[in-house]
Amino acid sequence: MAANGITLEQLYNGFRDPDTIKMLLAKIAQIAPQLPEPLRIMEVCGGHTHSIMKFGLHQLLPDNIDFVHGPGCPVCIMPKERIDQAIALAQQPDVILATLGDMIRVPGSDTSLAKLRAQGADIRALYDPLDALVLAQQNPDKTVVFFAIGFETTTPMSAVLVQQAEAMELDNLLLHVNHVLVPPAIDAVMAGGEATINAFIGPSHVSVITGAKIYQAAVDNYQTPLVVTGFEPVDILEGVLMLVQQAIAGEAKLEIQYRRSVSHDGNLKAQQLVADYFELADAFRWRGLGDIPASALRLKPQFNHRNAELKYAQILPTDPVDDHKACMCGEILKGIKTPQQCKVFGRGCTPQTPMGSCMVSSEGACHAHYKYAGVSL
Amino acid sequence: MNELKKRRVELSHGGGGVEMNNLIRKVFFKHFENDILVRDEDAARLQFDGPVAFTTDSFTVSPRHFNGGDLGKIAIAGTVNDLAMAGAIPQYLSCGFIIEEGLEFAELESLVQSMAAELAKSGAKIVCGDTKVVPKGAADGLFINTSGVGTCIAAPSWKRLEAGDAIIVSRDIGAHGACILASREGLELDTELQSDCDTLWPAVKALLDAGIDTKAMRDATRGGLAAVLNEWAEARELGIEVAEQALPIDPAVQGLCELFGFEPAELANEGTFVVAVAAEQAEQAVAILQQFQSTATVIGKVCNEYAGKVVQTSPWGSKRYMELPKGELLPRIC
Repeated sequence: MAANGITLEQLYNGFRDPDTIKMLLAKIAQIAPQLPEPLRIMEVCGGHTHSIMKFGLHQLLPDNIDFVHGPGCPVCIMPKERIDQAIALAQQPDVILATLGDMIRVPGSDTSLAKLRAQGADIRALYDPLDALVLAQQNPDKTVVFFAIGFETTTPMSAVLVQQAEAMELDNLLLHVNHVLVPPAIDAVMAGGEATINAFIGPSHVSVITGAKIYQAAVDNYQTPLVVTGFEPVDILEGVLMLVQQAIAGEAKLEIQYRRSVSHDGNLKAQQLVADYFELADAFRWRGLGDIPASALRLKPQFNHRNAELKYAQILPTDPVDDHKACMCGEILKGIKTPQQCKVFGRGCTPQTPMGSCMVSSEGACHAHYKYAGVSL
Repeated sequence: MNELKKRRVELSHGGGGVEMNNLIRKVFFKHFENDILVRDEDAARLQFDGPVAFTTDSFTVSPRHFNGGDLGKIAIAGTVNDLAMAGAIPQYLSCGFIIEEGLEFAELESLVQSMAAELAKSGAKIVCGDTKVVPKGAADGLFINTSGVGTCIAAPSWKRLEAGDAIIVSRDIGAHGACILASREGLELDTELQSDCDTLWPAVKALLDAGIDTKAMRDATRGGLAAVLNEWAEARELGIEVAEQALPIDPAVQGLCELFGFEPAELANEGTFVVAVAAEQAEQAVAILQQFQSTATVIGKVCNEYAGKVVQTSPWGSKRYMELPKGELLPRIC
């Protein structure tokens, strides 16, 4: 089985080797007593959270090393009012709303896209943003709105979508842009002063696009080691080992464990593509974290004709909507609390009835804990 | 000839008149012919000896044709397998077609032929049926409902599960779900993935003939292996412990799961079943099942710990839940 010439087996073969995993765990356990203080490692990316819980890696580390889950899940950080906007768009006559993956499950204030779809709204879950082009071509009498989400990983695909739509002169394809950035989220966690994070695992997919260079400022500003790490258990444990070694040596460096995919400079072509079509937005309100300046992208003014937020400004709700009061997602995303410390975790708040953002997406911290460890394992 | 091949089902074929009669005789009777069906009565008269199992299921799959099977094959295998899982000999089936106006006759006939071929594997017969044609847009091409009855020769039930029982899967898991996902529009994966779609009765019969006490059996269809094990654990209020390294997973299925963020244990199967047997019969049961599928294996055991939960152990010493799948399968975002 192959995709783009790479066999899919190559994606994981070797990176789950039990002997290598045990060897890395033994090495970490051997040197961990030398740590000057407990190491609290934030994995910013939801994919890492998912992997850590799925492979049970958190169970196997010495007591003075903890994983802390960060604000790196594109679904988790989407504020309810933005989902309400997607819902309002999907309710417009002659609109097809298209988005990625489990975004359609996320509840807004009153409903979710999935529930709206069941009521007859034309909502499509795409595997690939470029499928929106086909939708627009096949439905010339409808307006296709792509609800674009994700960190730096998915932004280039949205840029290609705009590029192609322009080239094909597809007037009936608009974007509602919700692309957010990792470095401002790290700043938001560290600047708050409440989190006791002293090491970071850097997101891997994001870094393939941006290069590791985007984290240098955080490493310098907070004197915190950061290792860009892959998603497999061997990757994550090697990343942890590198962080432990830095901490013992009293260093704060930017390192790359995931060298098979990530370079210092990243994919320059993709970065240029993003720069061609997007610019920094003044601020974005993150679910649980609040307004973070310059933390998201928007379409450049010359592409206003594709901006669904402008075209449908009259009908889009804009009032901020907070999570349930009992929900601790904000504190969890900031690394101050763990899912198990939340009173509603696994009780009132489950993947079927999520009260907060972290329980919604499979990459959310609460969802990953609930799915793989529940309230007791 | 080409014109004939492209003939399509029209609303009149469901109208109860000449056209419908032709459809039933020239397509359904032709391929499903047996002594009970051809009597052409309002209901089939059947003879049973002992307790009877009765099941029904409706089948819809997109695409209707996939590597390793099609809608017709699934419609027979699915119901025959439900009977087999109840320890019943698959004997008599009913078959209801809901056909969307415009379906090509050639496709309908190929699906009916596929059903007939699948019936031959268990010896079951279609003894009654129904045909409806609905206007274009009212159905997705073709829906098939099959019901089945058969005489019970064993009585497997989750109620008989006990701590210590071995849990066996009859082959590698998730092949059907992965195959359907890979063939869906938008993925365009270059794949040789084959669905596991198949009739399980011969394998079940071999177990029963050899005197294996099949304490509980369930075919792991929608929701996959994870759904079966969780339902058993919860119903019996016992735990089930599964060794991750024991799970038989085809590398192509695992690769697709890695790409989209799915779990093989949550993907649908159409020819894979889970059976619980006493530990002392496990080796013999696996040997019998391996005569049908070389990947049949013991994956875990029923235990007193973790009541109501399925716990998966990793080869490096960690534990995690094998969760009951929730919602529709959607690929991860990044």
